[in-house]
Amino acid sequence: MQAHYDCIIIGAGHNGLVCGAILARRGKRVLIVEASTSVGGPAATHEFAPGFRASTAHLMHLMPRSLITALGLEQHGLQFAANGMATTSLSPSGNHLLLTPESVAAASPVDAEAYPAFLTRMTRLAGALRPMLASVPPRLGTDAWSDRIALLKLGWQIRRLGRKDMRELLRIIGMNAYDLCTDYLKAPLLQGALAFDATLGGNLGPRAPGTVLPWLVRLAMQGADGNVGLAQPVGGMGGLSDALARAAKAAGAEVRTGVRVDRVLVADDRVTGVVLSSGESYLAPVVVSNADPKTTFIDLLGPEHLDTEFVRRVDRARSKGVVAKLHLALDRLPAFANLPESALRGRLLLAPSLTYVERAFDAPKYGEYSAAPAMEITVPTVNDPSLAPAGSHVLSAVVECAAYDLRAGWTEQRDAYQALLIDQLEGLAPGLRSSVRAAELLTPVDLEARYGNRGGHWHHADLALDQFYFVRPVAGAAQYSTPVAGLFLCGAATHPGGGVAGENGRLAAQAVLAKAV
Amino acid sequence: MSNPTDGVTHFNQPLLKTPFHNRARALSQNDSFVAWAGYTTVDVFTSPEQEYFAVRNTTGVYDLTPMIKYRITGKGALRFLNHLVTRDVSKLKVNRVIYTVWCNDDGHILDDGTLFRLGEDEYWLCCAERQYDWLLDSAIGFDVAVEEVTEQVAALAVQGPTSCWTLKQLGMSGIENLKPFEVGRFQVEGVDVMASRTGFTGDLGYEIWMPPEKAEFIWDRLMEAGRTRLIRPIGSQALNAVRIEAGFLMPHFDFVSAESTIRLGRDRSPLELGLDWLVDFKKGHFNGRRALVAEQKRGVTRKLVGLDIDGNKPAHSALLYTDKSGQTEVGFVTSAMWSPTCKRNIALAMVNAPFFSVGSEVWAEIYLNRELLWERRMVKATVVEKPFFAPERRRLTPPADR
Repeated sequence: MQAHYDCIIIGAGHNGLVCGAILARRGKRVLIVEASTSVGGPAATHEFAPGFRASTAHLMHLMPRSLITALGLEQHGLQFAANGMATTSLSPSGNHLLLTPESVAAASPVDAEAYPAFLTRMTRLAGALRPMLASVPPRLGTDAWSDRIALLKLGWQIRRLGRKDMRELLRIIGMNAYDLCTDYLKAPLLQGALAFDATLGGNLGPRAPGTVLPWLVRLAMQGADGNVGLAQPVGGMGGLSDALARAAKAAGAEVRTGVRVDRVLVADDRVTGVVLSSGESYLAPVVVSNADPKTTFIDLLGPEHLDTEFVRRVDRARSKGVVAKLHLALDRLPAFANLPESALRGRLLLAPSLTYVERAFDAPKYGEYSAAPAMEITVPTVNDPSLAPAGSHVLSAVVECAAYDLRAGWTEQRDAYQALLIDQLEGLAPGLRSSVRAAELLTPVDLEARYGNRGGHWHHADLALDQFYFVRPVAGAAQYSTPVAGLFLCGAATHPGGGVAGENGRLAAQAVLAKAV
Repeated sequence: MSNPTDGVTHFNQPLLKTPFHNRARALSQNDSFVAWAGYTTVDVFTSPEQEYFAVRNTTGVYDLTPMIKYRITGKGALRFLNHLVTRDVSKLKVNRVIYTVWCNDDGHILDDGTLFRLGEDEYWLCCAERQYDWLLDSAIGFDVAVEEVTEQVAALAVQGPTSCWTLKQLGMSGIENLKPFEVGRFQVEGVDVMASRTGFTGDLGYEIWMPPEKAEFIWDRLMEAGRTRLIRPIGSQALNAVRIEAGFLMPHFDFVSAESTIRLGRDRSPLELGLDWLVDFKKGHFNGRRALVAEQKRGVTRKLVGLDIDGNKPAHSALLYTDKSGQTEVGFVTSAMWSPTCKRNIALAMVNAPFFSVGSEVWAEIYLNRELLWERRMVKATVVEKPFFAPERRRLTPPADR
């Protein structure tokens, strides 16, 4: 006899867990199935060398405090090894810049007033987007009052900024990060760091139109009241995901790992359950997919259940990743030249100028990897020594940019690329190479193979104006519901986007409760 | 045979010539050609009336090479086609043909055409519009290959009461056993010719398919075979007349492909065109199904119907009204003719609700040009069953041997 549930969630990534936990708390019988043997997807902690553990998504910075509280994650074991982590913009010449108003003022007097004013203003502008980011997007072209009210609210939020700020928001929202940086700021290290954050994970370099938007979204979500800021959970990101899984189980959800969904069952244009690759099937009137849209619609559901124009939109959604991830097992703390050891408690950005970041993005356009990559580096063992044997350390670097479809082939090029990345780090931290005991490089192709996200995209799909809000991931699936009744999305390709935020999962649960169960 | 357009630059000679072009030009008395799907084709050889009567009384031959042909192959071909078109393709057996339509996501018709199943995993889709992009997009996620083969196949429609006899004279023995919508393979003096009992005339008739390099050879043999039965090539005008009698729809006249409409509301759903019988809601999902289910629930607000119009003046492009005063418009005529065979003044028309049912009366505003003097007539028109002409011989197997 097949087991019946109210809701089956495909994928125990953080969004799937959040969604499952919320639905279970509302009394639904929830089953969360995960292909991998552990929960969390990229936000898990894995052993990449004996005794050395790392998290592919290595920082938490977007999850609202309200969600952490609502799910009782701290009662379920979430602890922070660090929060409110600082950012240092690394300079190849050793004049690193700690991104605080004080040190910016000291290093670049022209930015002394401009930088805090810029942050204040941008936080204010981003604030106008916050209600939009925390709600299910309205549908366009309907007669429903709820949709109209949502649009009116958005308009009102923007209008409420006042004339000057509204004009500025409308000026910059479709603009490129490069121009925004040069409009307001002068120090190249500051500009580069900002451009890095604006473009992180996407396919578009800072000179591409629309790159301000992802940065505003990030700012809006970080700026939410009581946000933990850049944070590192104890035990790595697995600490967060395990707490989420415990919260879900405590609420009554079943979490099964090591079971891969083969396809979604449909009868009479309604979802009826899932079939596992083992042949086993589970029935439920609601299936929520934490997988990316291409996997969900084309592989798991099948295009025969969808219309051509919808499938075309899914197929054309930009989802080729350009991010690689490097984990190094080090037998001592890396010594970055001219950098105080305390900076290693925060994150380091290698994005010394706008041009540097822009050039890094040129490579994947031509099927290459950048020889001068931009990086976000953490040494998580500084805050949490449990991640490595005593005295040893882990270096974790998000690296941009490397083509998903590398012309020369990843099998042929991975060793050369890894050597190049270690060379780069050696240049910043002399002696690092000799301390490397083991290394793990995850190219976009590896990320795809490991996490099942088609294209290996860091955020499942580019965050840009044409893939944002009521068209994220595509029109027709932007309200978490899909053309097939009972099938919902909750992954990073949904609104509001990627990053370990959990909002996607929360809003998907809201959409499920409103519509289906 | 060398292609007549070889060595001619595209902008000087934008229309292609079919493999039958030289033969057709030689027989064309009016030098009346029209462009069709990028080819130059004959509109009238001698007179539309003469050609019309060839189809209804003897045999008319129509060059349908320009019809767009797609070859669809692969393990997923059936799954792909069942998702593409509105009918249940799983019921289509090898060597059989169905007429079908296909829709966009909104349930609006992109095109209609015939679907041939030529092998276990091989199909041909013959249609009016080029739509390779749509087929490729529809193929995302299906194990299927789509290829346009329009130029690789030459085709003739051989239609009329003596068409079977004529093809037998051509050497295609056994063709008399082909049932309607069946496909057979034959040899004509060593040339492979495929025949299907299909057509656009509503009469007994066949379409024969051959390699382009053998086109003139087959044409010559065919004309010789049918000489004693007054076989005659026909142009588009005569074809248009016989297809109206048969109640068949002509793209760009009776509907416009949803891909090429610009104005809102100008596209049509199969339910609006009275093609409900082509839409299989029970077969599972197909493209546009959700929109069509919703439309069926709402009910259509306009519908394509057949009209029998008083008098004998064709109601070309006539507007339709509720009454003779002509104050309240209720639709318009899409195709019209005086039917010599039915002796009726017939038309296809889009009418608004509630004038759908047989027997409903509307009034047609007909304009007549009599040596430059325009006359306007309000004439009563009655909604009638389609087709207007459906002789028993179109289905009879074997057909009469004459």
